[in-house]
Amino acid sequence: MRGAKSAKWVAIAGVVALGATACGGGGEAGSDDMNKGSADPKGIVTAQLSEPQNPLQPANAKESQGSRVLRTVFATLVDYEPGTGKLQYINAESVEPNKDSSVWTVKLKKGWKFHDGTPVTAQSYIDSWNWSANVKNNQTNSSWFQDIKGYEDVHPEKGDPKADKMSGLKAVDETTFTISLNGPVSYFSYKLGYDVWAPLPESFFKDPKAAGEKPIGNGPYKFVSWDHNKLIKVRKNADYKGPNAAKNGGIDFKNYTTADAAYSDLRSDNLDWIEQVPTTALTNYKQDLGKRAIDEEYSSIQTIVPAFYGKQFKDIDPKVIQGLSMAINREQITKTVLHNSRTPADSFVARGVIGYKAGAAGDIVKFDPKKAKALIKEGGGVPGNKLSIQYNADQDHKPWVDAVCNSIKQATGVECVGASKPTFQADLNARDKKQVKSFYRSGWVLDYPVNSNFMRDLYGTTAAGNTSGYSNKEFDELAAKADKAPTLEETVKLYQEAEQLLVKDMPGIPLWFYKVNSGQSTNVFGKIPYGQDGDPIFTDIQVKKK
Amino acid sequence: MGRYAARRLLQMIPIFVGTTLLIFLMVHILPGDPIRAMWGDKAADPAQVAALRHEFGLDQPVWKQYIDYMLNLFQGDFGKTFGGRQVIDVMTEAFPVTLRLTLLAITIEIIVGIGLGAWAGLKAGKAADSGVLIFTLLVISIPVFVLGYLARFVLADELGWLPPNVQDSTNLAELFLPAFVLAMLSMAYVARLTRTTFAENLRADYMRTALAKGLPRRRIVGVHLLRNSLIPVITFIGTDVGGFIGGAVITEGIFNVQGIGNLLFRAIQTSEGSTIVGVVTVLVLVILVINLVIDLLYAVLDPRIRYA
Repeated sequence: MRGAKSAKWVAIAGVVALGATACGGGGEAGSDDMNKGSADPKGIVTAQLSEPQNPLQPANAKESQGSRVLRTVFATLVDYEPGTGKLQYINAESVEPNKDSSVWTVKLKKGWKFHDGTPVTAQSYIDSWNWSANVKNNQTNSSWFQDIKGYEDVHPEKGDPKADKMSGLKAVDETTFTISLNGPVSYFSYKLGYDVWAPLPESFFKDPKAAGEKPIGNGPYKFVSWDHNKLIKVRKNADYKGPNAAKNGGIDFKNYTTADAAYSDLRSDNLDWIEQVPTTALTNYKQDLGKRAIDEEYSSIQTIVPAFYGKQFKDIDPKVIQGLSMAINREQITKTVLHNSRTPADSFVARGVIGYKAGAAGDIVKFDPKKAKALIKEGGGVPGNKLSIQYNADQDHKPWVDAVCNSIKQATGVECVGASKPTFQADLNARDKKQVKSFYRSGWVLDYPVNSNFMRDLYGTTAAGNTSGYSNKEFDELAAKADKAPTLEETVKLYQEAEQLLVKDMPGIPLWFYKVNSGQSTNVFGKIPYGQDGDPIFTDIQVKKK
Repeated sequence: MGRYAARRLLQMIPIFVGTTLLIFLMVHILPGDPIRAMWGDKAADPAQVAALRHEFGLDQPVWKQYIDYMLNLFQGDFGKTFGGRQVIDVMTEAFPVTLRLTLLAITIEIIVGIGLGAWAGLKAGKAADSGVLIFTLLVISIPVFVLGYLARFVLADELGWLPPNVQDSTNLAELFLPAFVLAMLSMAYVARLTRTTFAENLRADYMRTALAKGLPRRRIVGVHLLRNSLIPVITFIGTDVGGFIGGAVITEGIFNVQGIGNLLFRAIQTSEGSTIVGVVTVLVLVILVINLVIDLLYAVLDPRIRYA
C-alpha cells in the first residue's frame, strides 16, 4: 500500500512534467512571426543587465554592463558601421589627421545639446578627457588617453599629478579642437568610438559622484533613473540630432542574478533581450525560440598563451608550439563541447576587424596529428613532455580546457592537464606575477576595430596586454613602422605582415572566435541588430505595436 | 529573566568582535587583487591600480585596516563598495527583500509543516502518517536547486501559473514561488519534528488527566498538546529564520531575488571586503538576537523553565 502510493505520486509528477515539456517545445517555436504587424516608435525595450560595477561615468566602465548603459546615454565623436567596421561620424563633423597623423583636428556638428540643455562644445570634450585621464579621479579607463601629449603630467606613474590639463588638447573655437599625440598613430580616429571619449556637461564637474548616479549625456537616450540592483531606465531623446536616433521609446535595463533567470523571463515575454543563453540551454535554445534565437559572431578571440618567462617555454623552438596548435581539433571541440557557441579561429585577428584576413594563420590552426607530431619532434619536443593550461574555475572554462588537453594528448602523446585557479582574481594574480608554469587561457574582445588592437596591444614587447613575456624585435619594429604609416590602409597592411611573423613565432595558440547565443522575445519587431562587440545596437531595436 | 538577558547581551560583545575579525582576515586571505580584477583580461594601468588601492585603504597593513573599519563602524559607517556606494545603502536595499521572503517562507513552513505534522502525529501509524512520511522523505532527498528549477520549469515556464522571477519583491505573487521552494525543505523537517513530539506527548500523563477532566478534544489538542509539543519545533524554526535571513544564496539566485544572499555572493565574487564584512556583521547580530529570543520563548511556552 505504502509503496503503491509513492510510486503513483512519482509517476504522476513525471507525466505532468513530460507532458508540459512536450507542449511547450512544440508550441513555441515558429508559432509567431517577428515581422508581422508594425513597429511602435514609442515602445519600450526591456533588456538584461547586471548591476554596473562603477558609477556611470564615461571612462569608468571597464566592464560591459556599465558600458552598455553609457553608450545609450552618450554619443561619441565617431562610431563603427556594423558589419564593415568602417568609421561613421556621430557627433563629429570631421576628424582629420595632419601629414604624419600626430595632430588631429576635430570639428563638431553644430547645435548639439546635452540633455540638460547646455551646448556640446569643443571644451566639453577637452574638459571631459582631462578629468578622466587624471589619476586622482580614479577612472578605470584612464590609460586610454595615453596617446595624448601631456598625459604623463595628469597621470604620472607615481605620485600626484603635476597638472590638471593635458597640453595636447587645444580648443580652436566653439566647435573645433586639436589633439596632439606623443607620436604618429594613423588609426587614432578609430579609437574615438569607445565610451571613454564622450563629452561631459559642465554640471558633471561640480559633483562627479552625483553625475555618476544620474548621468547627463548627449546621446540618443536620456537617463531617467537607476534603482540599484533592479532597474535602469533610459528614454528616447526627442531632440537628438545624430544619425543613430532611437527607433524605440526607451529601454528598461532589468537586473538578473543568473542567465537562467533571464532566459526564463525571456521565454515568458517579460524580457525582450538576454545577454547570453545559459549553458544549460545551449543545446535546445534554438528549438525553444525558433527564429527568435540569436546566433551572432563578434570580434573577440580566445587563445592559450605559453608563459615565455617560465622554464618550459623560455627557449622553445616555435615549431613545438605550432605542433601543439595543430594537435587541437578545433572543429570538433566547438561543435561538441562548446555546442557551436564559438567558431574555430583561422587567424590571430578576430573576424570583423579591419585587417582580418580569412585563413591568415594558414595550416597551423588545422587539425593534423601527423604533422603535429613531426613538428614537435623537429623542434626538440615539449620540455618535460607535460603541459598544463591554467584557467579560472569560477567561469565555464573547464569543459573546453579538458577537451583541448585531450585532443593534444591523443594526437601527440604529450601529457596535458587543466590547472584550475579558484577565482578569476587568483588566475589574474598568477598571470600578473608571472607564476604561470605552462599555458594560460586568455580572451580578448576588440577595443577598436583595427587589427593593431589584436597585434601590438597584445604581443608588443612593452604592451600592457602582453603578460607572457613574449618579445620579438622584428615584430616590434614592424609594429612601430605600421603605426607611423601615413594612411590607415598601409598601417593595416603592415600589421598583416606582422601577423605572418606571429604565425612563425607563435606567441599564443589561437583557438576560436566567440559567438553571441541569445534570443529575443515576441514583442520585438524584426531581428535585433548586433554590433561588433557582441552587444545589440539598442537604438535600432523595434518594438511591435500592441 | 532580566539579569539573564543582560548577561546574554554582554556575551555578544566578544562574539561580535571575534567574528568580525575572523571574517576580516578571511577576506584578506582571498587570493588575487580585487582592484586589479576590475580590468579583467585587459592590462591594468599600475598607476591607476595604486590610486584605487589607496582610495579604498587597501594599501594599509591589515591590522590598521581592521582598526579603521571598527572605528568607523561604531560611528555607523560601514564603508564604501568598489562602485563608490555606501555599504549601508546597499544593505538597506537588500535586507527588506530578504526579510519579506523569509517571512513568507516561514509562514508557509509553519502552516503547512505544523499542520501536516500534527495530522500525522494524531493519526500515528495510520495511512495518513505514512503518506506524510513518504512526502517529507521525498522533499528532503531532493536538493534545493533541483526543486527550484523544477518548480519554475513546470509552474512558470510551461504552465504559466506563476511568474518565473521576482522583479518587485513587494509583489506577493512573484515572491510565492521562491518562498515556497525555500520553505519546502524546512517544512519537511518541521512536519517530521511535530509528528514525533505529537505522537509522544499523546501518551503523556497530562493528556490522560485532561481527558479524564472531560475537556473537549479541541482544547486538549489545540492548547495542551500543541503548546507542549512546540518547544523543539520553535528551536528549529528559530534557527531557520536566522538561516533564511542570512540569505538563501541558491534560491535567491534561481529566482532573481535581489536579497542578502545575492549581495553576499556578488561581494565574495569580487572580493569586496567592505560589503562582505558589513553584511556578515549584521548577520552575526541578527542571529545572536534570534537565539536569545528563542531561549526566552522557552520560558513562555513551558513555565517549568526559568532563567536566573
